[in-house]
Amino acid sequence: MTDQQVQNKIKTEEYFINMGPQHPAAHGVLRLILTIDGEIIKNVEPDLGYIHRSIEKMCERDSYQQIVHLTDRMDYLSSHINNEAVCLTVEKGLEIEVSDRVKVIRTIIAELTRIASHCLWWGVMGMDLGALTTYFYAFRDREMINDIFEETCGARLTMNYNIPGGLMFDIHPNFVKRTKDFITHFKTKIPEYNLLLTDNVIFHKRTKGVGIITKEDAISFGVSGPVARGSGFSSDVRKHHPYSAYDRVDFKEILFTEGDTFARYQVRMMELWESVSIIEQLIDNIPEGETKTATKAVIKLPKGEFYQRVETARGELGVYINSTGNKNPYRVKFRSPGFSNLSILNHISKDVMIADLVATMASFDFVIPDIDR
Amino acid sequence: MSYFSDIYKGIKTLLTGMSVTGGYFLHARKGAITQEYPDNRETLKMFDRFRGEVVMPHNADNRHYCTGCQSCEIACPNGSIEIIWDRAVDPATGKKKKKIDKHIYHLSMCTMCGLCIEACPTDAIVWAPNFENSVYDRSALTKVLNQPGSSVLDGIED
Repeated sequence: MTDQQVQNKIKTEEYFINMGPQHPAAHGVLRLILTIDGEIIKNVEPDLGYIHRSIEKMCERDSYQQIVHLTDRMDYLSSHINNEAVCLTVEKGLEIEVSDRVKVIRTIIAELTRIASHCLWWGVMGMDLGALTTYFYAFRDREMINDIFEETCGARLTMNYNIPGGLMFDIHPNFVKRTKDFITHFKTKIPEYNLLLTDNVIFHKRTKGVGIITKEDAISFGVSGPVARGSGFSSDVRKHHPYSAYDRVDFKEILFTEGDTFARYQVRMMELWESVSIIEQLIDNIPEGETKTATKAVIKLPKGEFYQRVETARGELGVYINSTGNKNPYRVKFRSPGFSNLSILNHISKDVMIADLVATMASFDFVIPDIDR
Repeated sequence: MSYFSDIYKGIKTLLTGMSVTGGYFLHARKGAITQEYPDNRETLKMFDRFRGEVVMPHNADNRHYCTGCQSCEIACPNGSIEIIWDRAVDPATGKKKKKIDKHIYHLSMCTMCGLCIEACPTDAIVWAPNFENSVYDRSALTKVLNQPGSSVLDGIED
């Protein structure tokens, strides 16, 4: 905002404050060391490691089936998509093809996960900017998705429903009905979301023109997901490198060119519609077939390197497995979306107010365990 | 001038938002969405597949299905399952056969990933929908799943 970026004629002494690691407006244990001049931020230095659990190192100890459940704990809001990423990598290494049924079910659940994640983000975004109501409305709808997961997978958040070679078990008989009920319900609720927050002038004033990322910056910092698409950088892995059943559904990649907080907000709100549309296309014709392709009890990947990327709710997740032919991987590396998105925060937060940093961070939708791993 | 139009727009959109919340206030849903948890304990039913804790079902004669093959122990990512086993002479065949002495389950370490139950060849362990696991002493979360004096059902081979 121009009037916020007006240089203050009276210079005060610069000093630093900690935002976090325990801060109500930070989504977890992220510590930001802010160098500020009065209310104006001069430098943002993220300090990571408060929730580092060395998941990549633990993966070297575990077998390929056991790795999957660790990825639940990275980006816990898109845990199913993380599981899918590991399973796809292992399946690529083993050169096995899962059945169409598995692909479709994985895609439906991944999109439900995306809706649940975006719902939570929408509620929390409103709450960060001082609108508490959004939180309750979002959680009301998210609860229905959690019930679907609980009935089919047995868990609400850390599902661990994928295994290399398919799914742990078939979907629950109620799955299709519940999902359809949810879609019917949710389609009447997205307009309500827009009435509550999207059209609000106060919200526009807080978000428009705040935290602008240009397309060039987005590319050079390796930003991905809705943050990149808000800057006009077409980076949807589902569209460009389709996996699972994304090549058989028709959906749009949402692109906005403004690059500000409001553009990122709109990308996610439009993605809700796209996710709903993807589920609607698939839910009525889930093909029959096996839910498991038989693998050996001890999976040994052939010697070599394997990489697979997927689009989580936050952006591009890449799984790199380096195998020496043993039952454990030699090295596992996760390219997590949150970490790369965080890297641009300092670049866009110079000479803005602290309140604008909160709005920007809310639109980034950070999940700190995903950044630290 | 834009100052007054901002105020006008601010109030207008505020009222738009309040019409949503007001609508819910006036047309309140019958019955609560939330559950009164400690009071509805008797009627509370979890989903069939809910992962609460691992249990080993026993039949009326105190027999179970566990042969002591240790598949679950190997499948567990974090060592939540320990099996203390022994060999005993099978009276029918006269051969020595593996049997479990204690099937120890550390609930405090369990991540509810479900790999042990997938790995079990005889379905000797299953999920139980029990989620009330708060205890005063951590040692109460280390459980021995097979009941004292129990033995494996005849004819169960892994």
